[in-house]
This record gives sequence, structure tokens and C-alpha cells, in this order.
Amino acid sequence: MNLDFGQITPYIPFMLEGIWVTLKFVFVALIFGFILGTLLALCKIGSIRLLNWFAIVYTSIFRGTPLILQLMIFYFAIPQLTGYDISPFLSAILAFGLNSAAYISEIIRAGIQAVDKGQTEAAMALGIPYKQMMKDIILPQAFKNILPALMNEVITLTKESALVSTISVLDLMRRAQVVGSDIYRSFEPLLFVGFIYWLMVFVLSSIGKVIEGRLKVSD
Amino acid sequence: MIRVENLSKSFGKNEVLSNISTQISKGEVVAIIGPSGSGKSTFLRCLNVLETPSSGKILVENHDLTDSKTPIYKMRQQIGMVFQHFHLFPHMTVLENLTYAPIKAKGMKKQTAEQSAKNLLLKVGLSEKESSYPSSLSGGQKQRVAIARALAMEPELMLFDEPTSALDPEMVKEVLEVMKDLAKTGMTMIVVTHEMGFAREVADRILFLDHGVLLEEGQPNDFFTNPKTERAKDFLDKIL
Repeated sequence: MNLDFGQITPYIPFMLEGIWVTLKFVFVALIFGFILGTLLALCKIGSIRLLNWFAIVYTSIFRGTPLILQLMIFYFAIPQLTGYDISPFLSAILAFGLNSAAYISEIIRAGIQAVDKGQTEAAMALGIPYKQMMKDIILPQAFKNILPALMNEVITLTKESALVSTISVLDLMRRAQVVGSDIYRSFEPLLFVGFIYWLMVFVLSSIGKVIEGRLKVSD
Repeated sequence: MIRVENLSKSFGKNEVLSNISTQISKGEVVAIIGPSGSGKSTFLRCLNVLETPSSGKILVENHDLTDSKTPIYKMRQQIGMVFQHFHLFPHMTVLENLTYAPIKAKGMKKQTAEQSAKNLLLKVGLSEKESSYPSSLSGGQKQRVAIARALAMEPELMLFDEPTSALDPEMVKEVLEVMKDLAKTGMTMIVVTHEMGFAREVADRILFLDHGVLLEEGQPNDFFTNPKTERAKDFLDKIL
């Protein structure tokens, strides 16, 4: 064992910059995935056949194939097909956003269906239009139920984001590899970013717990 | 004010209501009674189209609710409904429960809505609970809030679906008192109930349903002392 963390000290600022890259991309992909996932969930529970069918097929494709494959398709195959030179960042956001939308839509669908049917009936009996009923009555209650599951998805996405290192996005993971090949030592930089990942997930789950606590006011 | 013509409802092959016709005029209090599974609740739920009738017509103030061109949301705003299990919105305070629909669905001003909500809470004796959440209320209190919530829309007609069946015995009275007070104000009420005392005392008319058929219709006194059909006699013997 000849561990020497002194060797990576000059590279620490370089690696820390990766946090920003990772967070930026996770955040955008998550917002994208959440909005699309909500819409897909509404398609699944709605009564329009074509939309049901679309949402189900969509979910099946994005859950049924490896994320890294989807990433490769966006980054390598789309330029070949269209001639558009897609940036690594954009293709990463597309792949991760579209992928997590599939998972999030399932979480939200289950959350909506777990809300007591009486809530819908009470809203209907009061003459509240569908859109407002969903927005103000059903989704807030569904959201509260699914928060732990959503938090799980956020954590998964944060860690899986390391996959973008394969298409040369300079995220945390990629930076560790760069440093590793620069100093011919892999263990120290990898261990360092491993700790950073853990720290990010720790902070995220703490935030999740705080939100969960806030939503419990009405219990 | 409300006319039901040849109303039938089936779930699959199971016919729950068959060919019901009746008429209810403004200010009338009608109690619907009958054995469980007789279709009472389904009948009530057809009246604001929470269940879609399989055939027949429901006319409220000459608007046919079974006509797909009738704006059903607007019509429902005139028909209040109180459920057996309250169905208050758990993430809103009592006051918000009362003001949400008037503001969002009816376009009432927030201030006006809050003022009338507070008046209603006063009437049902729950003024001090306006900023509580439903989870902190007793069953009887929840049901009184639910009644106030329905009234906040200023409906022409109130439907009650077994409003006291889910309550502990000692809370039944407080809810029935609120309903009696409401009846005195001249509100048109249709009440599915197992509270025979209430039906007898407050209702102007009794509808007796059995197996989805409207078997008997009459004044409470006539019905309770001298039921015309065997089924009604049987039913009353069992419960009184």
C-alpha cells in the first residue's frame, strides 16, 4: 500500500469544478424529466386511448434499454443521422431527462392512483374543472406520498450521471480519470471523487427529509 | 326543480336501478331509504352525474344532465353533495376547504368567499376550527365542515349520501341538528339515510327503494305507520 494523497493536492480545484458540471446537468435533466414524467403520468391515467398507448410504449422503450446505450445513441447516432453536431452536454441532458421521465411517470402514476377516489368525487361534486382539480387537489396529495420514491430517483440520477464521462463531458468522474492518467495513480483521485459523490447524495437526502417534514404539517 | 324520468343504471350486466321516475320540488326535503344494496346511493350519485345513467333523463331546472351538451361543471356547482366519508381536502385548512371551490371554480373574490365561509362555520358551530387541518377534527366536526363546504357554493339543492353512517353514535346528533337547521331554511334536500327518526321528523316525503326499484313514495307518517308494500313492511319491521 503506497497511498499518497499529497500527489492529488494540486488537482483538487480542477476536480472540484466537476461538482458544478455534474450538478448543473443533473438539475436540468431532473427538471426536464419531472415535467415530462408528470405529463406522461397524466397520459397514462387519462381516458384518451392514443395517449395511454403512447405513454406506455414510451416507458417501455426507455426502461427497457440500457441508459448508456441511449446516451450513445444521442451522442453518436444522431449526428450521423441528421448531420447536427450535438454537444456532449445537450445529448447527456436529453438521454438522462428522457430516461428519468419514464421512471418518474411511473412513480407519479402510482402516486395519483393512491389518492383516495373520494377526493376526485368531492372535487367533481363541487364543480371544480379537471385541470384545477389535478393541479390543486390531486397532485399535491400524490406528491406528498411519492416524495421518498422521487428522492430515490434524484439520488440514482446523481450517481448515474457518472456515465457521461464516457462521452467526454468533464464531470466529476471524468476529471478523476484525467487526473489519474496525469499522475499515473488512480486510487487517490477515484477515492476523492467517490467521497464527493457520497457527500452530494448525503446533502440531497437531507434536503429531501426536510421537505418531507414540511409536508407533514397537515397530518 | 328536479325531475327524474325512467332512470336506469347498470354496472355491466348488473342492473342497479330500473326505470325510476320522480319529481322533487323546490324546498322539499326527501329521504331515500331502503335495504343496503337497494341502489339508494347510486340513485343519489346519478343526480349530479357522479354515475352516468345508462338510460333515462335527469332534469334540473329544465337542464338535462344526461345531455352531453349540458355544461356539467356549471350544473354541479348548483348541486351540493355531502359524502358518507366526508372527503375533505386533507392538505387544506378548514377555511381553505370552504373557499377553494367558490374562488377557483366560481370566480368569487377571496374576501367575499372568506367572509361567507366564516359565516357558514359559525352556523355549523366550528368557527374556532377555521385554521385547523381536517386530520385534527372528529368525525362529526369533519362532516359539519363538509356540509359547510358544499353550502359555500350557494347551491340550489343539497344531496346527502348517508351523512351519518360513518360516525360514532355520539356524533350523529350534531350532524343531524345541522341538517335540520338547513331544512328549516327552505333548502331543497335529498338525503339517503338509515336514520329513521330523522326521516320521519324532517322529511316531507319518503322514497323507498328495493332492488333498484322505487317501490313506494309517500308522506313519512303514512309510510311509517302504514306501508303499502310487503317489502317496506318487512324492512320497517327489521329496523324499528
